Amino acid sequence: MPETYDDIAGTYVYDGRMARKGYALSKMAMSLAKKENREAFARDEDAYLDRYKLTAEQRAAVKARDYAKMIALGGNIYYVFKLTALTSGMKMSELGATQAGMPHEDFLEKIRKGIV
Amino acid sequence: MARVVGGIGTSHIPQVGVAYDRKLQETPEWKPFFDGYLPAQAWLERMQPDVAVVVYNDHGADLFIDKMPTFAVGVADSYPPGDEGWGARPLPDAQGDPDLSWHIVESLVESEFDPMIAQELAVDHGFLVPMNLLWPKAWPVRVVPIAVNVLQHPVPTAARCWKLGKALRSAIDAYGKDQKVVIIGTGGMSHQLHGERVGFLSRTFDNYFLDKLETAPQDLTQITRRDYMDKAGAEAVELIMWLTMRGALDAEVKRVHRFYMTPVSLSSAGLVVFEN
Repeated sequence: MPETYDDIAGTYVYDGRMARKGYALSKMAMSLAKKENREAFARDEDAYLDRYKLTAEQRAAVKARDYAKMIALGGNIYYVFKLTALTSGMKMSELGATQAGMPHEDFLEKIRKGIV
Repeated sequence: MARVVGGIGTSHIPQVGVAYDRKLQETPEWKPFFDGYLPAQAWLERMQPDVAVVVYNDHGADLFIDKMPTFAVGVADSYPPGDEGWGARPLPDAQGDPDLSWHIVESLVESEFDPMIAQELAVDHGFLVPMNLLWPKAWPVRVVPIAVNVLQHPVPTAARCWKLGKALRSAIDAYGKDQKVVIIGTGGMSHQLHGERVGFLSRTFDNYFLDKLETAPQDLTQITRRDYMDKAGAEAVELIMWLTMRGALDAEVKRVHRFYMTPVSLSSAGLVVFEN
């Protein structure tokens, strides 16, 4: 019997369902591991996104740098993290804060207090 | 004959690589963390291993879900640092040991493990951060990288990773050259990087894991992937790679060092050194 894990709250286990839904989004994000692609993205974001078969919703999430939304739409965290390098750069904890919709310092305080 | 001298389990937090490159080791923020690795460095200096087998996972430097291998063994002469999106880190290529790599591949297949065989493999923070922490100046060892898919489910079970460690040990024991080998299992500890549960950390689970890893590791092979994710955070399923390391060691080991800190960046950091 395959394991089930949908009961883990606030978690998008990156399984076949997510990987299928988000394949184009993850593929676009993974492409940014190449310098020439980062440059092309920076030059003309719309033209770059046209190369990938993103849904309208995924495209809007990328353009808005809405990481929580990208995750919900099937983007894998390690791939979409590469998008942060295109702008000012982000630590993983800052990416966490933006998903939580909180200032970075408040988020760090919250996770310190939340350790079980 | 080749001999497994011991094993090391360590987390591989990417921000540590950034701190290393910016030379922040002695700053108040980072010194307590980096100092935690000094006894491991001293042990390696004493043991003088010739080869490190590094069990790690790729996070989007060279492997992708277009065709994601569950297990992959590097058989290259050398392994360059990969570009994860910020440019490749200014580090040397890690020197491989293709003879041992191919021997391991042959032996694993005889043991009914069928890894992808990688003639070219760029390595990312999963591999490089542990190398920086364990040998902060230069890398005096040749390496055999073993990549495990812990990114796209279904990832292998904890029990499967343990058995991989057993098969790896048999392979090394049967290798004809007089070589000292250290096994490094990387990943984890508790962390969740995504979703509404982002930032989840568990000192309780991590310390349970570290205790059991030393004295009753087979108990950890019975934990489901779901329960690793539930108790330690979704991305902490990476801990299964520590079981490959432990599976390759003797049943009874001497604990040389143990270090734990949470949070570091967005994760809990752990380190254990076991001697056979």
